[in-house]
Amino acid sequence: MEFKTILFYIFSAVTIFAALRVITARNPVHAVLFLVLAFFNVAALWMLLQAEFLALALIMVYVGAVMVLFLFVVMMLDINIERVRQGFWSNLPLGAFVGLLMVAEMAVVLSGRYFGLANFPSQNLPADYSNTKELARVLFTEFAYPFEIASVILLVAIIVAVMLTLRKRKDNKAMNPSDQIAVKSRDRMRLVKMAPEVELPVAEKGGE
Amino acid sequence: MVSLSHYLILAAILFAISIIGIFLNRKNLIVLLMAIELMLLAVNINFVAFSHYLNDLSGQLFVFFILVVAAAESGIGLAILVVLFRNLSSIDVEDLDSLKG
Repeated sequence: MEFKTILFYIFSAVTIFAALRVITARNPVHAVLFLVLAFFNVAALWMLLQAEFLALALIMVYVGAVMVLFLFVVMMLDINIERVRQGFWSNLPLGAFVGLLMVAEMAVVLSGRYFGLANFPSQNLPADYSNTKELARVLFTEFAYPFEIASVILLVAIIVAVMLTLRKRKDNKAMNPSDQIAVKSRDRMRLVKMAPEVELPVAEKGGE
Repeated sequence: MVSLSHYLILAAILFAISIIGIFLNRKNLIVLLMAIELMLLAVNINFVAFSHYLNDLSGQLFVFFILVVAAAESGIGLAILVVLFRNLSSIDVEDLDSLKG
């Protein structure tokens, strides 16, 4: 067996094990950590497919950012595990049936000779081939417009996430700049007319 | 020799595992979000495998855009989850019945 084949089987076995643990782990923190393991192994598989840029992007964006966000949220919420696990396995028969049916159907189609999948040979790219460079060339010419739309989607996601979780505190001492600018001089000081005080207090004179 | 169908069957297994995960974790919204991430990952494996075996970079470009959308989706999803937990003190899907659907 070729070394790459052995690597493929190791990485995919660990991926499937980690995915199974993600959906069955008791503790949500463990589920997040196993999801990190699954992402890491899939990144290694993408390395085998000579998609280096995406493999590294998966590790940096997913393991480094999205999974850390998941960890933050899991640790922030106080989840009652006993309640969450109630009746956990009751949906397993239906779920397992649907899942196994899907895998069996896929396997029948994919491993058969209908699509001629064996006709696609594995590519052997030259040693000086740069996946990142080629990807950038396509991304900034042919896909420049979708690229900019993607940046707008990320901007919308930032604004939505901030606006959803923003809440006004009651003891907030922050100033409102527009109120400060709109202030007039007569708002700052108020002149009050009142009668002069003439009578002295009597109590202090008779004290001695 | 690893062929294209190896990768496609691996992706199918991952996809089925995440489907089962959605069936199992009816009471835990966080694990539901994680199962959706796994599902997107399975689709991405398909894209990268086809891109490699057909020698066409468009597949990898698609994975790039799916990563962007998935990151935005999980960010907004987790924000909604935090607001939900603040209001209901629960992440059970069964409790989300204020629309009586």
